Amino acid sequence: MKIKLKSEEVKVFYKDFQALHGIDIDIYENRVTALIGPSGCGKSTFLRTINRLNELIQGTKTEGRIYLDQKDIYSAEIDVVALRKKVGMVFQKPSVFPMSIYENVAYGPKIHGIKNKAQLDSIVEKSLIAANLWQEVKERVHKPAAGLSGGQQQRLVIARVLAVEPEVILMDEPASALDPISTSKLEELIGELKKNYTIVIVTHNMQQAARVSDYTGFFLNGELIEYSKTKELFVNPRDKRTEDYITGRFG
Amino acid sequence: MKRNKINERLVEILLRVSASASVLAIIIITFFIFYKGIPLLAKVGIIDFLFNLNWNPTKGSFGIGAMVIGSLAVTLSSLIWSVPLGIMTAILMAEIAPPKFSGILSRLVELLAGIPSVVYGFFGLIVIVPMIRNYLGGVGLSVLAGAIVLGIMILPTIINISRDAINAVPEEYKVNSLALGATHYQSISRVILPAARSGIITAIVLGLGRAIGETMAVLMVTGNSAVIPDSLLSPVRTMTSNIVLEMGYAAGDHQAALFATGTVLFVFIVILNLAVSISMKAGTEDGN
Ligand SMILES: Nc1ncnc2c1ncn2[C@@H]1O[C@H](COP(=O)(O)OP(=O)(O)OP(=O)(O)O)[C@@H](O)[C@H]1O
Ligand SMILES: [Mg+2]
Repeated sequence: MKIKLKSEEVKVFYKDFQALHGIDIDIYENRVTALIGPSGCGKSTFLRTINRLNELIQGTKTEGRIYLDQKDIYSAEIDVVALRKKVGMVFQKPSVFPMSIYENVAYGPKIHGIKNKAQLDSIVEKSLIAANLWQEVKERVHKPAAGLSGGQQQRLVIARVLAVEPEVILMDEPASALDPISTSKLEELIGELKKNYTIVIVTHNMQQAARVSDYTGFFLNGELIEYSKTKELFVNPRDKRTEDYITGRFG
Repeated sequence: MKRNKINERLVEILLRVSASASVLAIIIITFFIFYKGIPLLAKVGIIDFLFNLNWNPTKGSFGIGAMVIGSLAVTLSSLIWSVPLGIMTAILMAEIAPPKFSGILSRLVELLAGIPSVVYGFFGLIVIVPMIRNYLGGVGLSVLAGAIVLGIMILPTIINISRDAINAVPEEYKVNSLALGATHYQSISRVILPAARSGIITAIVLGLGRAIGETMAVLMVTGNSAVIPDSLLSPVRTMTSNIVLEMGYAAGDHQAALFATGTVLFVFIVILNLAVSISMKAGTEDGN
């Protein structure tokens, strides 16, 4: 199995506060990797090191190395724009741009230089189909995206990411604002997407991690305590702290 | 407990009285302007009054066409340069400059806003008018001088309101755009500015309103001849200047004609304000 992403000794500081204490993890291609752990343990922080979004926050410092296809994404010759094109991100709260559904999805391809209308049309349709949203919106793709429901907006955001044709998709609690039906639709979608993408998902919902992921990492206080196949981690945790967490004894 | 109640009641009454007083003042002024202006408008005819180029009030011809054109010429030529400059400054302050620098800039803009218009006029008269005369020709008192002075005067309005509109755009838009691989400048031009559009339009319209209503500074630098300007270097007279220049000696129909000019300005400003509320409403609707 190919390693898509590899992190070595990743440390992140917010001014004086150290949020990550050296994370080493291998993330496999075309697999879903779930990151779990109590609030404030550094899951989102770690996710944001992978597309270098932490750099936007004043006063952060990142140490260590992250390799995407064996290339260190923190080395000087890496173009952040190209990196973010390859590593897409879905946030906790879907944030659709105040424009039409079509324009939201076409946004990425347009900034990356695609101008041909027919080509854009086909990308938009393909992405919406892949995000399981096409059937619901095909009659109104030129209507404002703000008119969609929360679950639809989250799938729209995913379509917007897919339109850029990334290789890795980072998802930070993508279902936390969704109702059960939208959540199960999203989980189904994740199952389909992993055929073509490598997915890293942060979730607070243990059942969800168990359902959708192949690998699971347990974070605690800025450290990766345990990382293994999802089944193993949930059935046979090696570390006492993992066991306490997944059985709900703390966190 | 009981005293609190009474206090509250007193405050409420005080607020109501002050609100009514200001509303009453507005109503009285409005009524007065219309009352004095409408009869002459009716007599001359609105179309004739607005478009006739012959202003000779002592001989009974009341056409403010030249002044309407004068006001538009000075106002539009001031907006042409101050709108782009103001919006770019707002973008710099809200998005690009470090907070400390933005803070300093913000102070300076406030300072600019606080300078009385006669000082701007004086500056224009002493500095800009001679410069135009020496380098570009003509008498110096001109559309161009008015455009420069007015443009500076409305910059604070445009900068402040545009900046607030840009700052009000949710941070997530930017983060999402960057996460999709957009550069900072792409994010500004394709997401942030469109999202701030209605606020920026408001800024422009308010700047326009301020420009068209400004009197003192314009009066001092534009030369005030009541003819249609044939270039940026010709002198012009605006509607507001016209009122100030002639109100001292006007009587009868002449005075009424000045009030009618005021009525025209008033209606114009009301239309602008309506445009602002409509654009703001449109903004809240197509945002989230
Ligand atoms: N912008 C920031 N500035 C300062 N400290 C931060 C910032 N963002 C996160 N932190 C701190 O870093 C630590 C890790 O935060 P992070 O958001 O990565 O946690 P998390 O595991 O994603 O939590 P949650 O499950 O609640 O989302 C927390 O202690 C948090 O307070
Ligand atoms: Mg988080």
